[in-house]
This record gives sequence, C-alpha cells and structure tokens, in this order.
Amino acid sequence: MSRAIRDYLVFLGRCGRIAFVGDWRYYAWMGLLSVLCLLGLNAYARQFAHGLVVTGMSDQVSWGVYIANFTFLVGVAAAAVMMVIPVYVYNNEELHDLVIFGELLAVAAILMCLAFVTVDLGRPDRFWHLIPGLGQFNFPASMLSWDVIVLNGYLLLNVHICGYLLYARYHGRKPARWFYIPFVFIAIVWAVSIHTVTAFLYVGLGGRPFWNSAIVGPRFLASAFTAGPALIILALQIIRRVTNYGVTDRALLTLRSIVQVSMLINVFLLANEVFKEFYSGNLHVASSKYLYVGLHGRHALVPWIWTAIGFNLLAMVLLVLPVSRSLRWLNLTCVLCIIGIWIEKGMGLVIPGFVPTPLGEMLEYRPSLNETLVCFGIWAFGLLCYTVFLRMAVPILQGRLCKANERAPGGRSPAAREPAIGRP
Amino acid sequence: MKPEQPSSDPAPGPDAGMSRRSFLRGSVVFASGLAALAASLAPLREVDDFPSLEQFAQKYYKELTPAEMAKVLKRIEDEVERQYGLRPHVKDLKPQQGVQFVYALNLTRCVGCRKCVHACVAENNQSRTPEIQYIRVLRLPDGSLDLEKAEHYYQPQSVPEKGYFYMPVQCQQCQNPPCVKVCPVHATWQETDGITVIDYDWCIGCRYCEAACPYWARRFNFAQPAIPKDRLNLDMAYLGNRPRRRGVMEKCHFCVQRTRAGRYPACVEVCPVGARKFGNVLDANSEVAYILRTKRVFIQLKEELGTSPRFFYYFDV
Repeated sequence: MSRAIRDYLVFLGRCGRIAFVGDWRYYAWMGLLSVLCLLGLNAYARQFAHGLVVTGMSDQVSWGVYIANFTFLVGVAAAAVMMVIPVYVYNNEELHDLVIFGELLAVAAILMCLAFVTVDLGRPDRFWHLIPGLGQFNFPASMLSWDVIVLNGYLLLNVHICGYLLYARYHGRKPARWFYIPFVFIAIVWAVSIHTVTAFLYVGLGGRPFWNSAIVGPRFLASAFTAGPALIILALQIIRRVTNYGVTDRALLTLRSIVQVSMLINVFLLANEVFKEFYSGNLHVASSKYLYVGLHGRHALVPWIWTAIGFNLLAMVLLVLPVSRSLRWLNLTCVLCIIGIWIEKGMGLVIPGFVPTPLGEMLEYRPSLNETLVCFGIWAFGLLCYTVFLRMAVPILQGRLCKANERAPGGRSPAAREPAIGRP
Repeated sequence: MKPEQPSSDPAPGPDAGMSRRSFLRGSVVFASGLAALAASLAPLREVDDFPSLEQFAQKYYKELTPAEMAKVLKRIEDEVERQYGLRPHVKDLKPQQGVQFVYALNLTRCVGCRKCVHACVAENNQSRTPEIQYIRVLRLPDGSLDLEKAEHYYQPQSVPEKGYFYMPVQCQQCQNPPCVKVCPVHATWQETDGITVIDYDWCIGCRYCEAACPYWARRFNFAQPAIPKDRLNLDMAYLGNRPRRRGVMEKCHFCVQRTRAGRYPACVEVCPVGARKFGNVLDANSEVAYILRTKRVFIQLKEELGTSPRFFYYFDV
C-alpha cells in the first residue's frame, strides 16, 4: 500500500517538475499567462476590498461578464463529450488518442467556470454556506444548487478519467476497463446535464420573459457543441505544432463534421427564437428589441449581436462548403464560431435579460476595466492550467515520461535516462 | 499532414542533478514570483470588513438556539456601537400566531410625492451613499398598466401631474416567492406572517434572487453601506433594519421591527393622502380585510406569473 502511495507521489512529483521545464517559447507563453493571471488577481483583490461596486453591474443589471463567461465556458466543458461519444460509442480510431485532450480542456474549462462564479459572489468568505452538510444547501429547489453539484461532479469525473488513464500509461499498463469505462459513460450524460442545468438557471425565472423560453436549453447545447469542438480543433493543431504528437487531419475533419451539424442546428434554433419573439410582437419582446435593434434610444448590444450573427452565418456557410476541408479555412471558421458564440451566448444572452428591468427601466451595462481584468486573469489562469495539463500529458502519452525512466531509488542509473527526445 | 519534427523540447532528464547555477536561477525566479504575487495582492490591505471569527462561523438563523441568538444580538449591538458610537437595541422578533400581513395601496389616491420612499430609507437604515431605496414610484400615463411606459425619474415642480397616475412598487411579499425558491443557501425565506425575510449574515451575495424577482424589489450592497451617525435608527431587528454589510441582499420586509411590535410600517404612517393600508388579513375587523371584502377590483401586479402577491393595488370606485 505504502509502495503504491509512494509510486503515485513520485508520479505527481515528476509531473509537477516537468511543468516548469520547456523551451523558450514555453517559458514566454507561461510567463505571459502568469503576468495576466497576476493582473487579474490584483483586480480581484481590489474588488474583494471594495466590493462589487468596482464592476459595471448595478441593481438593474445584476449579472455581467462574469456570468456571461461562466455560461460560455460551461458549454466548452460540455463539448468534450463530442470527442468522447465518437470514440467510446462509435469506436472512432482517429480520435482515440486525442480524446484525452478534450477531457483535459473540460477540466480547465470547469476550473474557469468555478473561478467565474466565485468572483461574482458578494461574500466569498461565506462560501462554506454552499457546502452540503456544512451549510444550508437549497437542493433541489434552487437551480444554482444543482449547478454546484453537476459542475463539481463533472470536474471530478474528468479528473478521474484523465488522471487514471495517464497514470496507467505512465506505468505502461493497460487501464482496467471497469475502473474508467463506466465513468466515461456517466460523464457523457453528465456533460449534457451541466449545460442543461445551466440553461435552466435562466429558463426557470418566470419574471424574465427573455430567458423564460423552452428553447434556451437546446440552444445552449447546440452552441456548445459548435464552439467547444471548434476550440478543440484549434488546440489540437497547436499541440501538433509545438510537440510532435500525432494528430491526423482526418481527426480534425471528424471534428469539423460535428461543428458543421451543430452550427446548422444552432442557427436554425436562433431563427426559431427570433421568429417567435418578433412575429407575435407581444410586450415581452422588449429585451429582444433591445438586443437586436435597440430600444428607447439604447443600443449598446446591437453591434455586438450583429457581429455574432454575421460570424455565425459566415461560419455556417464556410462549414457547409468544401473549402473548410482545408485547414487554413477551417481554422478561420473555428475562430468565427468561437467569437460568434461567445458573444451570442455570453453578453447576448445574459445582459438583455436585465434590460429593461421588470419595472420597465432602461439602464445599460458596460463592464468596468477592473471587471475586464479579472476576466482576462481567469482566462489566462484557464489557459495556464490547460498548458500545464498538456505539458504533463503529452510526454506521458508518448512514453517519454514513464515508470521505466524513473530514477532508481538512491542512485543515478544511466540506464534510466530519458529516451531520445521526440521519439513517441 | 506535416512530417513529424524532432522536438526541441528539453524534457527533464530524470537524474538531471541541479547545478549550483540552476539552483540560483531557480531561487531568483521563485523569489521574484513571490514578490509579484505579493504585489498583486496589495489591495487586500484596504479590506476594512474582514469577518471576525465569530462572524465567519456564525450559524444559520433558524439553527441558532435562544442563548446563541442572545449572543449574536449582543455582538451586533457591539459592532454598531463601535462603528457609529451609539448603542442600538437589536431584537429578534418572531412572527405572531394568527397574523397574515397584507398591504393594500389605493392607486386613485397616490399622488407620487415619494414621501414613502424617504421614510423607508430613514426607518430601515438603508445606505445613503450609495442610496438604496426599497420603494420605486412609477409614473404611468393614465389608462395604462404597461410598465414599459413607466417613468422612474420624474421630477416635476409639483405632484400630481395631469394625465398621469403613480404606482409605488416595493417587495410584494409573494405567497409563492421566486426569490426564496432560487436562493442556493436558504438565506431568504417566507415567515408564517407572510413576510419574506433575509438573514443578512447568511447571504452569499450571488444575486440570483435579484434576477428571479419579477418586481425588481431586491437590492444589493455593491459598496460598503454608509449611514450618517445622526440618522441611524436605533430600534433594530435582526431580520429587519439592522445595518447590513457589503455584498449582501436586502429589501422591504414590511418593517418587521415595527409591525411585529404592533406598529404600522413607516411608509403607511408617512403617506399624506392615506393611500397605503396595512394590517392582518385574518382579522375581519382590519382595514385590509375590509378593503379586500368591499372593493370590486384589485390588481396583483403580474398576476399571470403565479407569484400571488400579498400586496394589492385598488381603486376608489
């Protein structure tokens, strides 16, 4: 037993050490992210000291970019399932060795989600009130309590799956199926649940007609399965470029098909929503009017949402054309998808729900500089985590970081030296 | 696909011993990292309301024993005294048996003077900078209840104005309150006398209730509340008007510190035209029971949402 624990600690120690080693590009990238993280931390410290008054939020618009980013990132986390399903349900060969990168992205995305909700709290010191058993957990009535459970559960599931598979690979053992396959299938359902529950967070509010619509859940999933795999397509190419990990073009094109179908559904659902809002023309259309065309002379979101719609439509056209089979066009398309959906689902969903207020007041929201810095900090933190995860995972998957080349206890056996660099 | 390139990646040799130079370099990097971290956390020195251990570990309102409650009330009195130099009297008033509070507001009479707004601020120790108000008076064109036509910031020479009527909105004390349902930590709940209250010491400040409220009745302390010393109302209740801290929600609670002690809410008392009526609907002789019995039309704001407010708007007809 103690041997197993010691082995595991050695494994963790080596993983930890490798995160601090790399070429100059690695240091430059990590240095940049660290600086952004510290800037964000500094901004958050200011918010902690003075309160949420340092943000652009108000009683009128009481949620802002924090919750907008949170919503988007839950989608990114959920999208890992779009790699898991082809591999574990349809036995897709191309994606098989890549699925772990999607799961690691989910872990990083959930960490960002948790950070975004934490910085949104007015009293983070009372965080423990949310812990079941210790505090008062309003389950199952509050959708937020559901969210706490599904997000943390999803984090644990993915940490377990990735951690176990990597540890088995490190030892050069075949992973025991019973120890991860059931969790993989639970995680598939769980991924859908995290984004559905996050949608229900909004949908459940009868007093906000803009959100109180059954289509929000399906739209969330469609947009998540567009933006998430798009992000993974870009991430895989970066992995391929900076390491020598084998990522085939066919794998990328499989993901392209997923993005393609999801984007078509996403645009279709958006059209449904817009039709229902504007054609029936009842009083509840005010928020949609504010979003799409402006209301009572206020139109801060109009340029944003039309940018998003333009990007989404352009991406859709590119995706259905064969031109996006070339990687250069595919990358452009992915960038369009990610930006379009980030706007549409972040600010385009959260802010109009508050404008006008339930009493008809028009007050616009603009994130403050401090708030923006916190957001950049959290994104940098997420990218930092993802980079570190990859820094550990890639050498393990390639067999360059393995049990066999562990230092023998007490001695420095030359036989245990790292195998030739770059040989998978 | 690109051919595989040899990586320039210098993965650490397992037994790459640390030379003195790399050790020194590592220490310098580590030390400067720590310094940067400390610098970025510098604003924390300005934290002025760091919770004491007692505050941090305080139990949930409904779990406090009478003895613990007495301790908490004393602690709050001490805190207020330390901050304002005046000793308040903080009570924990429980709902009375056989009481269901109901509010009735006569839209024909209301002249939109906003005296209720300011009486409420004074009574309930709301922050003055930034000013938090529980009551919002809407000016609506005659004949319409479309809230999107409401003017919130009307400033005429005198009220009432021709062609308009006024509709004050505050917490509607719903029988089916969305805010209570969504709170993840039970920090807000409905009491047996119908008042929805907040434990200001339990709220985590997620503002989900604020998003859920269809009446825009909830307010958040975005900044540290500030009340001039001479304006502090020293007659306080735990679930009522005791001073709040930054980062928590608050709202109208029908002046629990008054109404549970047999007095009218401040807004009822101050109304110069008698538009505001308040009482126990279970008491057949109460004004509100009489109004609900005899008036033909009431408005429960946004009735279609099923929140079933205990706040009724009526007309002189």
